[in-house]
Amino acid sequence: MSMSRREFLQVLAAAAASGLVLDSRSVLAGNLPAHYYDAPPAGNVSFLHITDVHAQLQPIWFREPNINLGIGSMAGQPPHLVGEYFLKHYGIKPGTADAHAFTYLNFEQAAKVYGKVGGFAHLKTLVDQVRGHRPGALLLDGGDTWQGSGTSLWTNAQDMVDACIQLGVNVMTSHWECTFGADRMSEIINKDFKNAGVDFVAQNIVTNDFGDQVFKPYVMKEINGVPVAIIGQAFPYSTIANPRYMVPDWSFGIRDDSMQKWVDEARGKGAQVVIVLSHNGMDVDLKMASRVNGVDAIFGGHTHDGVYQPVPVKTPNGGTCLVTNAGSNGKFLGVMDFDVKNGKVAGWKYRLLPVFSNFIKPDAKMDALIKKIRAPYESKLNEVLAISDDFLYRRGNFNGTWDQLILDALMAVKGADAGFSPGFRWGTTILPGEPITMERLMDQTAITYPYSTLTAMKGEQIKGIMEDVCDNLFNPDPYYQQGGDMVRVGGIQYTVAPNSSMGKRISDMTLNGKAIEADKTYKVAGWAPVAEGASGAPIWDVVAEYLRAKKTIKGVKLNQPKIVGVDKNNPGIAKL
Amino acid sequence: MNQQRRQILKGVGTAAMVAVAAGAGLLKPGAVFAADWNKAAFDAKDVAGALSGLAASGAADSDQIELDAPTIAENGSRVPVKVTSKIPGTDHIILLAEKNGTPLLADFTLMNGTDSFISTAVKLGATGNVRVVVKAGGKVYTLAKEVKVTLGGCGG
Repeated sequence: MSMSRREFLQVLAAAAASGLVLDSRSVLAGNLPAHYYDAPPAGNVSFLHITDVHAQLQPIWFREPNINLGIGSMAGQPPHLVGEYFLKHYGIKPGTADAHAFTYLNFEQAAKVYGKVGGFAHLKTLVDQVRGHRPGALLLDGGDTWQGSGTSLWTNAQDMVDACIQLGVNVMTSHWECTFGADRMSEIINKDFKNAGVDFVAQNIVTNDFGDQVFKPYVMKEINGVPVAIIGQAFPYSTIANPRYMVPDWSFGIRDDSMQKWVDEARGKGAQVVIVLSHNGMDVDLKMASRVNGVDAIFGGHTHDGVYQPVPVKTPNGGTCLVTNAGSNGKFLGVMDFDVKNGKVAGWKYRLLPVFSNFIKPDAKMDALIKKIRAPYESKLNEVLAISDDFLYRRGNFNGTWDQLILDALMAVKGADAGFSPGFRWGTTILPGEPITMERLMDQTAITYPYSTLTAMKGEQIKGIMEDVCDNLFNPDPYYQQGGDMVRVGGIQYTVAPNSSMGKRISDMTLNGKAIEADKTYKVAGWAPVAEGASGAPIWDVVAEYLRAKKTIKGVKLNQPKIVGVDKNNPGIAKL
Repeated sequence: MNQQRRQILKGVGTAAMVAVAAGAGLLKPGAVFAADWNKAAFDAKDVAGALSGLAASGAADSDQIELDAPTIAENGSRVPVKVTSKIPGTDHIILLAEKNGTPLLADFTLMNGTDSFISTAVKLGATGNVRVVVKAGGKVYTLAKEVKVTLGGCGG
């Protein structure tokens, strides 16, 4: 997409007229519609929402998936729409800034046109600008904020805590935060957050022994004189998807009975707007919205879906609950305006604003904080491990080129027949020709249980693991799903039938053309074990060793399963 | 959080659950200490065998039973389960894990006039139904909920 000089000046003028201060040196060529960031207020009670930032303080690339399958009643429904289907559903024109932000289409080309997304200094400018028109607006953080980068791991999450406080976060809930351990989490909440006036809420974290609330279930606030309640819903499966030993005394779960109890209590105390700040994942939120009365909106995360507009869900008593999901990696800022009249919501307007860093001037103070955070680690972060001639991304239900590279490294370094890499949805993207620095590698691997493993497994056991994870993704009842994507499998080819039942989805498993035998033992490499007492070299050391030796990454061969039993017109899948 | 309460109970150890339940008058001592242990029912390898051993076969589904169990177990070795029966005259609350090698988990005998409520923790070997069978006035009623036991990892 090229652009004449006259068009370019028009863009600049339009952007300047919209009130945004442009950093002209960094504007490459892109074209945002006039007044793109104006977001005029449409009500008297406003919420800003970020989620699943995964510790990305700097602008990055992030490619949305081309496979995000919905099955059963979820087939073809938001958020299970990709590419052209997504554009068609929301009436977005191809080739526009929004088309680039919300889909994988022409990613490499469009990325060069529109530049990187996110970054806390840019986000700060946008938050302040949007808030400027909305007195009293609250900024909500849905969690998965503290984990996902080298600096967050090395500072024990302090970098993100400081940055979020400076950003002006008011209320937060959690998921990966738990992987820093219960003590560290409590320390941050009881010291840093308390001192800064940030509320941490989670109605579904209780003690294992007596079922007592560990944190405040909800908080009441006032916006423009209107009492509002924000109820926290932490990730329900922190002790299953992540190591239980990190939070040994806490129990999670969905707990929609107690959710109803807290909603009723908040309404009883006069809340005219009730919000659930959730880390359930979109499908679980949609189901919860249909089972709980009295919630005006669920601002959701976890599944990293950039959902263009809220999904209105009918509640048991005939009301409406709006369900949103605000993407990941700092790419978006959700802005919800409620028009509250006579004690209830009379209207609403929502925008999920992509944070295009080239079109937003970074906030100087936040920029300074980020520089200070990074300073001790710059040389480590900037080490070039290899150059990638390939396009490296992670997101997608079954595999991504970045995960394939991790699998290739794991299997080569460990001498394994096969490899397993977790179906994480975080992690940034690398364009062809870019260096793979230690920072980019940490984007994919920075966790507190990074051990790499080599395990002798029977064929039967390998299939069992794959079936188990597959059910977490494709169980027709969202309450039995954990989120995340399918475990990435290296070496072993297989066929998957997402619509089949547990234990019957995986078939035709082969290794180098030979069928996997149930009783035969195979060497399987993996990382991120959730069991206590695991050990092994950190995954980033394993991959770094491989990258340094290779120097250039080229021709990564994506091991995708053969997908069967899915309607070929399912809008959750697009062939590349 | 009530730290004091927690400290006091720490010394009680593994018998805490049963002790609390028995202390609250929910359990007949005989039921706890196996004076009349129903070996046939507890050793049965399938649900039908366990229920026939307890003379509790042929139960009809009931909406008068509340079963509180997680959809996905956080720890398959210790799955919290709560049951409330609103059926008048409830004298037995029986718990089964359909996929366990020996499915019968517990048979609570309730004394006359006690609230028909139990809270306990059970061990599940695999994903499957947790089933409650309630005996009341010589009749049997049932309700089940699927609890998933997963390997974990890979989320998010």
